Amino acid sequence: MNMQNCENCPVHNKSQLKRLGVNMDNWDYVIALAGNPNTGKSTVFNSLTGLRQHTGNWPGKTVTRAEGGFEYNDRRYKIVDLPGTYSLLSTSTDEEVARNFILFGQPDVTVVVADATRLERNLNLVLQVLEITDRAVLCLNLIDEARRHDIKIDDRLLSKELGIPVIPASARQREGIPQLLEKIDEVASGNYLCKPYRIKSRSTKLEKSIERVSDLIVKKYPGIRNPRWLALRLLEGDQHIENAFINDELDFLIKENLAIETAEISEE
Amino acid sequence: MPVTEKENLLKTVRSLRWDIGDDLHDTLMTDIYTDANRISEKVISTSGKKQRFSWEGTLDRILTGRLTGIPVMLLLLSIVFWLTIQGANYPSSLLSTLLIDDIHPILKSILSTIGTPSWISGLFVDGVYLAAAWVVSVMLPPMAIFFPLFTLLEDFGYLPRIAFNMDNLFRRAGAHGKQALTMSMGYGCNAAGIVATRIIDSPRERLIAIITNNFSLCNGRWPTQILIASLFIGAAAPPALAGVLSAAAVVAVALLGIFFTFLVSWLLSRTLLKGQASTFSLELPPYRPPRILQTLYTSMIDRTIIVLWRAVVFAMPAGAVIWLLANITISNISLAEYIISFFDPFAILIGLNGVILLAYVIAIPANEIVIPTILMLTVLNLNISGVGSGAGVMFEFSDANAYTTLFSQANWSLLTAINLMLFSLLHNPCSTTIYTIYKETGSAKWTWFSTLMPIFLGFMITFLVTQIWNIFFI
Repeated sequence: MNMQNCENCPVHNKSQLKRLGVNMDNWDYVIALAGNPNTGKSTVFNSLTGLRQHTGNWPGKTVTRAEGGFEYNDRRYKIVDLPGTYSLLSTSTDEEVARNFILFGQPDVTVVVADATRLERNLNLVLQVLEITDRAVLCLNLIDEARRHDIKIDDRLLSKELGIPVIPASARQREGIPQLLEKIDEVASGNYLCKPYRIKSRSTKLEKSIERVSDLIVKKYPGIRNPRWLALRLLEGDQHIENAFINDELDFLIKENLAIETAEISEE
Repeated sequence: MPVTEKENLLKTVRSLRWDIGDDLHDTLMTDIYTDANRISEKVISTSGKKQRFSWEGTLDRILTGRLTGIPVMLLLLSIVFWLTIQGANYPSSLLSTLLIDDIHPILKSILSTIGTPSWISGLFVDGVYLAAAWVVSVMLPPMAIFFPLFTLLEDFGYLPRIAFNMDNLFRRAGAHGKQALTMSMGYGCNAAGIVATRIIDSPRERLIAIITNNFSLCNGRWPTQILIASLFIGAAAPPALAGVLSAAAVVAVALLGIFFTFLVSWLLSRTLLKGQASTFSLELPPYRPPRILQTLYTSMIDRTIIVLWRAVVFAMPAGAVIWLLANITISNISLAEYIISFFDPFAILIGLNGVILLAYVIAIPANEIVIPTILMLTVLNLNISGVGSGAGVMFEFSDANAYTTLFSQANWSLLTAINLMLFSLLHNPCSTTIYTIYKETGSAKWTWFSTLMPIFLGFMITFLVTQIWNIFFI
């Protein structure tokens, strides 16, 4: 009897989290898991889905995306573990997988996993992710290691600066996972409105050019996400994006990343 | 969609680019770095009491030091193999007693009591079941020791340090430093290693990494190395040194693989795949205390069981093939004997025998089943009729020495063992890997090259070794 009361209490999240492993038909929300290499994305992925994808302590472990699911608060989530990247501007295949998914896969929430002991470098990616999505949660992973190294991070201030929820966590010890789930849920359902930080110090001339190009993009691809970001990439001379336009691959990329299929896990 | 609209868009972009100037990329990066720096300075604080990163720094100086890095690496690998070789013996003979000596006759007698035709019980019990049982007893113990040890090193953060130690060598070979990482992945599974080459940006260097990945001994080949080394190298050494020397032999073969990785990378980057090595930055991850229990669990499930399952799945049809080859006869000589005597003259030249070559043909789907196939074929070729009599029935062993007895009956020498270890390193990739190469490169030409080049090398090396051996020992 007593047990039941516990389980009905919202604080007791065990009843709310149901790991679904790879069974995830009919999901309500899609979550992308992004971050620098070797920050523990796969560990976070495993603790949310109950899957046991192999984790390794080296950068570049995940080269293709892995997918799993969980249920929380009666909503079904599909979660996509992306390869680790230092930026969204670069060129290798693994970085493109991550970038294309966040851009065109239209995840409901993008969870960026950052290494708390190397916050500054990790923030470079966080800021780039915030350029292309409005709904994000920052998981400040490896917080135990940061503590061990005497690094203190004011997560509330960071959250205020970035305009998104920031959760200190140690996925290896399962610390912070309940709070992370709560915030994912709030952002996905729209109960938490993100006001993502946008990089400042852009010249007016650049702003105007972005405006003009993004108008043209929207005209050609009505309803496309992140036209401003695509415009900026075109102006910058990003060959991948330019080729995507020239070869009409943009439609293809959008479709491909929307029709997220079964996990392609690298190990046989 | 009208073409003009798209052209218009790209034209506008191009003309605007002139206005903005070409340092836009740098400006954007600087903006990002400035903001990241400003924010992180605001939110991070330290009490400044503790000395930071001290023991990690010391450890890195040893593990990645100019003088100490490579010797420590060799020492660690040798310890891993030594533990594997020492630890695998006893459980291996226990398993073969249980699966082959005890369960096999029981299965046979059950089938004969219920009146199953003898060809069915032959095909399924003597072929399929025995092949699977053999794979389990030969492979499970070394894998169950080797993989967790290797995973512990990986978890601890040692793999990127190996890459760091070898980066310079790779660069001098004209290859990408990250190839050290994909090479390490190949030690688990070549197909996985080849998929992992996606972390290499330049197509030229990626192709080199794909072609040379086969020189990393994979899951399926470690047990062959370990078993042959402990049977022959260990036996040739004084008993006290047997374990150490067999471990050293396995390390030597692995090092030879690394040598060929460099050699072939170097040759390719100077001939077919000319170009400069590109630079990259490699982040050494922090050392993390490995979670022992979890590592044991994941390496058991992810690696041991999956690899073993794959081996069993491939071994069962192979067992059936072997049984059929042994039992379909033309004028009283079995198909297997025809093939073996066909291979023999050539095989003798390279210090192997027809049985080994046929085993490598049967084992194209999975390297894991090479040893069981060799054992089965040897038994049948010698016409040994054990308790489970009949052609194609694997002989029964109660202890590891029985393998040595069997091999000496089949005229194996130390030379055969050495050449088998070399050939196991240098031969075609398994079919899964070949398919993965084709998928990743999209080129039939490079797939053929990656498949045939190692066999050619293998034939060449084993031929040379045999000729030199004959000069000195005959």
